[in-house]
Amino acid sequence: MASVRLAGVEKTYPNGHVAARGLDIDIADGEFMVLVGPSGCGKSTALRMIAGLETPTGGQVFIGDRDVTHLPPQERDIAMVFQSYALYPHMSVRENLAFGLRMRGAAKGTIAERVEAVAQPLGLEPVLERKPSQLSGGQRQRVALGRAMVRDPKVFLFDEPLSNLDAKLRVETRAELARLHRRLGATIVYVTHDQEEALTLGGRVTVMRDGLVEQVGPPMEVYRRPVTMFVAGFVGSPAMNFLPGGVNAGTWKGPAGWSIRSDAGAPADGRAITLGVRPHDLAMTSAEHGEARARVDVVEPRGSELLVHLRLGAQGRGEEVRLIAPPEPVPDIESVVGLHADPQRLHWFDTATGRRVDG
Amino acid sequence: MRPSRWGTVAIVAMVLTSAFPLYWAIVSSFTPEASLFVRPSLIPHVLVTEHYRALFTQRDFWVPIRNSLIVAGTTTVFCVVVGGLCAYALARLRFPGKVPLLGLILAVSVFPQISVVSPLYLLLRRLHLINTYPGLILPYLTFAMPLTVWLLVGFFRQLPAELEEAAMVDGASRLRTIREIIWPLALPGLAATAILTFVYSWNEFLFALSFTLGPERQTVPVAIALFRGQYQVPWGQILAAAVVATAPVALLVLAFQRRIVQGLTAGAVKG
Amino acid sequence: MTRPPLSAEHREARLGWWLAAPAVATILLVALFPLLWTVWESVHLHDLRMPWLGRPFIGLQNYLEAIGDARFREALGHTLIFTVATVTLELVLGCGLALAMNRAFRGRALVRAAVLVPWAIPTVVSALLWRFIFEGRSGIANALLSDLHLVRQPPVWFIQAGLAWVPVILADVWKTTPFVALLLLAGLQNIDASLYEAARIDGASAWRQFRYVTLPLLRPAILVALIFRTLDAFRVFDLVYVMTGGGPGTSTEPIALYTFNTLLQNLRFGYGSALSVIVFAVTFALALGYIRFLGAGLTETRA
Repeated sequence: MASVRLAGVEKTYPNGHVAARGLDIDIADGEFMVLVGPSGCGKSTALRMIAGLETPTGGQVFIGDRDVTHLPPQERDIAMVFQSYALYPHMSVRENLAFGLRMRGAAKGTIAERVEAVAQPLGLEPVLERKPSQLSGGQRQRVALGRAMVRDPKVFLFDEPLSNLDAKLRVETRAELARLHRRLGATIVYVTHDQEEALTLGGRVTVMRDGLVEQVGPPMEVYRRPVTMFVAGFVGSPAMNFLPGGVNAGTWKGPAGWSIRSDAGAPADGRAITLGVRPHDLAMTSAEHGEARARVDVVEPRGSELLVHLRLGAQGRGEEVRLIAPPEPVPDIESVVGLHADPQRLHWFDTATGRRVDG
Repeated sequence: MRPSRWGTVAIVAMVLTSAFPLYWAIVSSFTPEASLFVRPSLIPHVLVTEHYRALFTQRDFWVPIRNSLIVAGTTTVFCVVVGGLCAYALARLRFPGKVPLLGLILAVSVFPQISVVSPLYLLLRRLHLINTYPGLILPYLTFAMPLTVWLLVGFFRQLPAELEEAAMVDGASRLRTIREIIWPLALPGLAATAILTFVYSWNEFLFALSFTLGPERQTVPVAIALFRGQYQVPWGQILAAAVVATAPVALLVLAFQRRIVQGLTAGAVKG
Repeated sequence: MTRPPLSAEHREARLGWWLAAPAVATILLVALFPLLWTVWESVHLHDLRMPWLGRPFIGLQNYLEAIGDARFREALGHTLIFTVATVTLELVLGCGLALAMNRAFRGRALVRAAVLVPWAIPTVVSALLWRFIFEGRSGIANALLSDLHLVRQPPVWFIQAGLAWVPVILADVWKTTPFVALLLLAGLQNIDASLYEAARIDGASAWRQFRYVTLPLLRPAILVALIFRTLDAFRVFDLVYVMTGGGPGTSTEPIALYTFNTLLQNLRFGYGSALSVIVFAVTFALALGYIRFLGAGLTETRA
């Protein structure tokens, strides 16, 4: 196992497209690091540069202590699980698993041993002689995993491996991957666009946007203390509510008369300040109490909770706000309620820069 | 789409129309010369093999067949190998000048053969290659090479790039990737391209007509076109020769129909 | 940071050039170079029957001669007639066939065979077959026409000027229509069936569905078929040489045949080269015209 480090990595394509603008990412030996962000943020490019499938136009890539920036993938001792699995269609499962070892000149006996050792925990023994086209989606995914494991590489790279699975299989496989990490103690770099996956799998999470790193940290830290509005809005579902406003004379005032005093958590300065509050941290009270009023618009029952869409203001003409409420009582549509935000869970952002401001 | 009656009618009509001249040619080739134009009837009364026998005893039809096999075969092998390498580079690798190169290949395939006949003739004459095998194979590359490259680029593009990436990550050098991954997967495409190139080369007429002087090196199409009888056009033998000339390509094509259709339409419709 | 001797991208580019080089060299040598030579020849006087005249430079004289050459202009006309007739027939019939084939389920293999065999046989053979069918007073065609009482006297197809076009065009249509149908069928099958359903729900008749759903989406395939067929028709040689030799007289002589005769019968290489260049220029102009006018991304590449 080894650490992975990207130092000032840039990637500009010949057609002018910039995929990475100076990435600094540090992944410790044995860590499970998730790169997450919307499409086009550069996470896949970063992964491919670690793999050696793309060469940076600036900066360096280190695996362990080695500068591998210009080394071809064959010489990096990494394994990768592709989004489409990329199983060799003309080879049996066994041959697929054995391929990497065969390329490195391992002895026949060793190959057979390791293939068996990997196939067994993955439950692939019954299908070893089949071809990929004869396998189910879940089985193919496990073969892709096995092919990576059998080589015992320094680093495992995963490129959105769960996106081709249905929801139920996704949840099961997620748990498998977590178990795998625990058992192997491997260094894993995992790319996904699904923030839920990132939060549940990652030991640490790197949120990326437009070729840059927005925030790095353990999932809970990124969730609880997002450093930019982008991260705050990207991580967590349903997404955070954002309410633009400004501080004046010790009180923050937002839309529909929402006001919070500086000694109750708002920042002291009078810049343009946006309040961020997660739906889970917002509650309904009676219309007289609470920091603002809103009219109930849509109620979505979700089994263990309600997702309530409201519109700010007694007339319900303001912005849309969402909150999570206990399953009962179910509020009436068009009823006017008060909104109360948990003062421990307020996030403040400079509206212009998007950066976090402390209250 | 629900199957319709018109669909079946059209298909039957097309099959009959396609088949009729072939049927008629085959039947006539087994009809004695004397009765060929006397009272043609759709169902034959008498069947003879005199024309076929004459082909090989009187006319030495083996010679043009041998010539065609050598010329078409060599052209095909050369083009598939050299063109295949080029097509792989065009489909997979990034290098400067790729777009103009593709443009060049497309442009060359537009060249009318007649426009290159004269300089090729003069060139071959200077090299003393008129009426020789190389003297035909070389000009054949004019149309065979662009065709092969074009078809193979289409086939290579259909192979997922991730397979090669996976192989590289697994530790295979470029060469081994080609040998273990690309070659087996490209084989059907290569076969289809080889067949198409062979068919085009076998059927070629203008160059063969221009660059050969006598029966020793003439190919099958030329030999048939130049059949002369002593007193009248020997239709019986001509038709027999036509059947012999066509049978191999027809059988090849029928055996590999699906692949060929895939190759032809994939390249065309994608554009 | 140090720059290594060869980055991965450089290595890839070098490999690309090495792999492509033999094919490129072949094409340049065997196709491009002769074409340039033809252009060079076309501005010289070069008559192989009169070698003592040498090869003097005569500028555009050959081209001027071509413009004034009546037989050349006629050949151009013949080529146009042939091209327009065959391309139109093949496109219309091919389209109809493709539409019908798209809706039929049975007989796929038979259809493919019926398409491929005519296409695969040498043009020479197809020309001979059709010549045989229309030959003389008692070829099968005339026999059928007489038996069906469609004509009073069997026509002499290859002796009467003007009639000779019929078997020639028929032969080309027979050989190529199935192939055009195949191209169009592939295009048809790429059209999402749900579009037709949406149109039907919107109340469109079969004709309107064809006009507003099928035709626009079929355009790329039609364009490809048009380009290839027009270029092939314009360059026609084998078919006419074998079937009529350009006759009767020169009434079916297309431009490629006239050029061929000039070059290899009359051995007038300078003049013949000029004709070749004209043929090439027109062909190229046609191809460019199609591409520009109807718009196609024929040279798309993967980045």
